[in-house]
Amino acid sequence: MNAAAQGIKKINIEKYGSLLALAFLVIVSTIVYPRFVELQNLLNIMRQVSYTGIIALGMTFVIISGGIDLSVGSMAALSGALAILTLNALAGALSTSPEWIAVALPILGAAVVALLIGAFSGFLNGLMVTKGRIAPFIVTLGTMAIFRSLTLYIGNAGEFRSQSPAYGAMGMSVILGIPLPVWIFIFLAFLLNILLNSTRFGRYTCAIGSNQKVAQYSAIDVDWVRLKSYIIVGMMVAVSAVLISARLNSISSTNVGKDYEMDAIAAVVIGGTAMTGGRGTVWGTVVGAIILGIINNMLNMLGVSPYLQGTVKGLVIIGAVFIQRRK
Amino acid sequence: MQIRDAATAKEIGISLIPQEFNLVSDLNVYENIFLGDEMRKPNGFLDRKGMIARTNELLDELNAAIDPEAKIQNLSVAQKQMVEIAKAIKSESRLLIMDEPTTVLTSNEIEILYRLMRKLKERGVTLVYISHKLKEVKAICDRVMVLRDGEFIGLDAVANLGIEEMARRMVGRELSQIFPVKVQGGTEIVFSASHVTVPGVLEDVSFELRRGEILGFSGLIGAGRTEVAETIIGLRKASAGDFRVAGKKYTPKNPRESVKAGIAYLSEDRQGSGILTAFDLVKNTTLVSLENYSHPFIDAKAEKAKTESYVREFNIKAATLDTRLEYLSGGNQQKVSLAKSMDTEPKILIVDEPTRGIDVKAKSDIYAFIRSLADRGLSVIFISSELEEIIGMCTRVIVMKEGRIVGEAEGASINEEEIMYFATGVKGGH
Repeated sequence: MNAAAQGIKKINIEKYGSLLALAFLVIVSTIVYPRFVELQNLLNIMRQVSYTGIIALGMTFVIISGGIDLSVGSMAALSGALAILTLNALAGALSTSPEWIAVALPILGAAVVALLIGAFSGFLNGLMVTKGRIAPFIVTLGTMAIFRSLTLYIGNAGEFRSQSPAYGAMGMSVILGIPLPVWIFIFLAFLLNILLNSTRFGRYTCAIGSNQKVAQYSAIDVDWVRLKSYIIVGMMVAVSAVLISARLNSISSTNVGKDYEMDAIAAVVIGGTAMTGGRGTVWGTVVGAIILGIINNMLNMLGVSPYLQGTVKGLVIIGAVFIQRRK
Repeated sequence: MQIRDAATAKEIGISLIPQEFNLVSDLNVYENIFLGDEMRKPNGFLDRKGMIARTNELLDELNAAIDPEAKIQNLSVAQKQMVEIAKAIKSESRLLIMDEPTTVLTSNEIEILYRLMRKLKERGVTLVYISHKLKEVKAICDRVMVLRDGEFIGLDAVANLGIEEMARRMVGRELSQIFPVKVQGGTEIVFSASHVTVPGVLEDVSFELRRGEILGFSGLIGAGRTEVAETIIGLRKASAGDFRVAGKKYTPKNPRESVKAGIAYLSEDRQGSGILTAFDLVKNTTLVSLENYSHPFIDAKAEKAKTESYVREFNIKAATLDTRLEYLSGGNQQKVSLAKSMDTEPKILIVDEPTRGIDVKAKSDIYAFIRSLADRGLSVIFISSELEEIIGMCTRVIVMKEGRIVGEAEGASINEEEIMYFATGVKGGH
């Protein structure tokens, strides 16, 4: 092989590797299980991946900056739980108001509270990582336990049930044939793609992940940028928590958010973002999330035991990082 | 005979005490001394008592009052050095090489070290003493070998050689013709430091920088020149003294404030703190000045156009503007780094070892550019370990030693001997 051909191959793997993997997976899935390509199945997959996909979008920033957030699953449970508590409280208080207020305001309030909780949780993680100079792995391992335990305590290890049928309807809603979470997933991907590629914050995030000392000498406020990346993932967790709690019209304090960190990190890594930080793309993460969704879907359709699905997921993550290493 | 590795060297009795100590700070003294060579009891377990006793013997021999069970991290630098020496004696070295052993010692501790060296000498140990400090060479050594740029210059008995002659041998070379004509510099003071102290790093540093001049900072490695720059750009905190920019008090808390004050810094550690090798030319060039391109979204076209203009001005050789810097030569990387500093439109530029590890052509490009900056009225602080650069470029030169300013030279008195005398402590006291 000559140098030019080698060059082309290298660019392809680095830039379009995850896209190629996706195409391959789609073809194989279609051959193995023709009903795979039916619209309903594809929309199902998209809906399933959008909840953790949204979190993965935020996780992309944290990982590019050289960090990691393991607390996203517990954080989703906590902010979802508080969203539902807010929803119910407001619905009760506004029950005598005009109908549209009694319906809309509680939902809005729940979303705002969830966003605040998510942003604040991310802020706490970021603060401990930057000002406290504690490794992100340890900080978020700690808050993972804390957020979960708080949720369990508030809910007495039970379920938070929404009393607003409209909330549940929102979670199930389909716009122009496409489920609401998918719309939001795609919209946020567009937004965060611009944030990563066309703003100072995005550029600084890559610079810090690439070489923190250079970033510091280059007059970048390293701590503040890193802190913001944790706030962003926190807010993405909140969006996801609202969507999932609306979809179920409840939040189980024990189950919701379980393994979300796994799915989010896997999507980011499969999407080609370097675990060591410094480079990555938002669209890669979207592709990564879809790849994971298709794998899950196929395993379900082929009747593989759900207990084995974790094994496959784990192997895919390790394999993706292994391929990055060899580059 | 051939010495293939450190283990072989140790076997035949050669020990090196490096400038950066080779001790495990979490282990204690005796554990370090016996590291890799532990004494064992017949049952295979470690013989702690035996090792402690032997360590005590070794330390007694050195007149060093150190507890064998003290942790290395709790020892003073001088004590750590004693431990290194004890390690060398324990392995019955016949040739002991010491690399700049006194840089971190006080004069009292140096005396102790000398006494010890004499004692070792009496016992038949050969000592190789590597030092920049000529007074010390004169005080302790029998013979001295001078090396310059990896070349052997001479080997003489110290008794036959004055300190001045040693200094001359260390530097003496022709100034090449790659330097532009020197700038005169103005009189207006644009920046001043008065009595700036950073504990353990800088002491009572005062100087003035004039408009349109190139002010050299000379001195040996570790003299505190980079630390002066890092304090100016807000990476180190001064405990006393202050800076003034154009007469106004300036107390930088971080590099962002220095950029705002019109000060740019070109780091001596190009890959470690200067450029992002994984970023392309454009993203490196605008990294510090990105604010000027964001409204609020980054104007990629403007970024590109500006980078292109630097590529032409500095004659940067790169395949495209999207080329990552890891694929550029050292000289071209340095030019990008300079472009990055210049893109903040500074009034004061601090360049730290600007030509380290780059080829002659790139060097002369950089010299010419720095000269042109001074012409345009910028003030340049020029830190360099290469004396010929300092002499070829600077309007005035400040010489540092051990965190202090020990001398200043201007005009005709900027010559290698003068600077070396200050830098090695022949002149200027302390």
